[in-house]
Amino acid sequence: MNGALQGARLATRRGREGKLAAIAEFDSVGLRYGTGGEVLRDLDFRLTGGGFYFLTGPSGAGKTSLLKLLYLAQRPTRGRIRLFGEELSEAPRESLPPFRRRIGVVFQDFRLIRHLSAFDNVALPLRVAGASEEEIEGPVREMLAWVGLADRASARPPTLSGGEQQRVAIARAVINRPDLLVADEPTGNVDAEMAKRLLHLFTALNRLGTTVVVATHDVGLISASPGAEMIRLENGGLADPTGMLRNPPAGRA
Amino acid sequence: MMLDWLFASPADRRLLGTSRFRGPTPWVIAIMSFSIMIIAATGLALANTAGSLTRAVEARYAVEIPNGASNLDALAAALRSAPGVTSVEAVPESEMRRTLERWLGPAAQSADLPVPALVNFDVKPGLALAPIERRVRAIAPGAQISAHADRVGPLLRSMRALQWLAFGLVLLLSAAAAAAVVLAARGALDTHRSTIEVMHGIGATDLQLTHLFQRKIALDALLGSLVGAAAGSLVLLLLASGASFAGALVGGATLAPLDLVALLLLPLVLTALATWVGRMAVLAALRETL
Repeated sequence: MNGALQGARLATRRGREGKLAAIAEFDSVGLRYGTGGEVLRDLDFRLTGGGFYFLTGPSGAGKTSLLKLLYLAQRPTRGRIRLFGEELSEAPRESLPPFRRRIGVVFQDFRLIRHLSAFDNVALPLRVAGASEEEIEGPVREMLAWVGLADRASARPPTLSGGEQQRVAIARAVINRPDLLVADEPTGNVDAEMAKRLLHLFTALNRLGTTVVVATHDVGLISASPGAEMIRLENGGLADPTGMLRNPPAGRA
Repeated sequence: MMLDWLFASPADRRLLGTSRFRGPTPWVIAIMSFSIMIIAATGLALANTAGSLTRAVEARYAVEIPNGASNLDALAAALRSAPGVTSVEAVPESEMRRTLERWLGPAAQSADLPVPALVNFDVKPGLALAPIERRVRAIAPGAQISAHADRVGPLLRSMRALQWLAFGLVLLLSAAAAAAVVLAARGALDTHRSTIEVMHGIGATDLQLTHLFQRKIALDALLGSLVGAAAGSLVLLLLASGASFAGALVGGATLAPLDLVALLLLPLVLTALATWVGRMAVLAALRETL
């Protein structure tokens, strides 16, 4: 990418005062399901536009719940969330779809539509956004080729291996160049080589301005991303309550 | 355009799979449509018959002279000359005896049996009867004048009640068809819950999702209501062509051209109702989610 373009992108990520603009801000956010206890509590942090974040923590710490808040599948039960500069924690549900279109999500369980081909699954975000079939064909074929599934375009998810399904899910999440990419254990079902390629894809998207949040236990993935920042959850709260925790991988320290 | 949703792209059609003929909805709607067609036709025929009967008797009166009348011709002539009387028909004694024969047998022909005299007459609508009564009583002091409407009143009331019952049943069946569509829509939403979650997650609006289901519901409803209406029309045609049976059943009742148009529109009305109800059910269910 040339320097001018990179500079322009960086400028858009900065506020008037030259500070990097927040793409997501959590203010005293808590979440509980039904009448149970809080699965997330007192979350105060901000994600900077164009940042690359790893979300870590033990199983049950609330990583998936935090991601759900980020990709607007859940409202907080208390506190406020601002996404893309808009207060969305109590926004009317009709106003949410345009924001969701700016978010790419890689689910832990893939969530592919079983009766659609890999091509149709990847094309979904573009179709929802109103792209024509002519506009869809090229990018989807290119994306499928990139994740190594060019010859599996017409295969349906039940006929794909776990790793192949994972790659389709990732292709679907990034096909429309989202502003925010949220991935829940994206390398859980792929081999080391594919994990490296996926990380490369995430990094490339990040360089183009996409904010990336990856929930993972994969130490190798974290170690391979020295520029990334860490958010660690424990028992539903930030391990560093100031939200400023930086826990660089060993290789970077 | 309001009907854009009806012309979904192949990609949109693939989203809900190709299970149109697997569900019971078209068949439930076909049964409802068939029943509605038959009941609506019966209701309309009853309404037409009641209307014809009402028109036929509303201005018709009978003069009855209990012990017969030797001056029947004079009475008929007096009635004919009365202002406002449009027609007069004296019922011959022989016909009266033939009528009585059904109950009394051959004894009805006995000269010892006094047979009442009867003269039917029609008047212009709204005519006051008092001057006519005076004319009649001047010739036959014991004569009684009665309105045909009073005699067939109970029958007409029964027919009107049946007619409204039929229309009520049409409404009930339509409501039942709507309820079946709501259940089918909720079933379809449950079946496709994971698809809906994914679509919502990537930014699909409620309307985009509703259009997918609405189209499927409309096609199912159209198919079902056309099949039902076709079967109903066939049965009605068979009834109409079986003159002896149909004649006895409906007393020669007929359907006017406008009635036929209304019956032919029934499948479309039922489809529109099902589509609207299905749309509302899907929208309501989607609003329960984030």
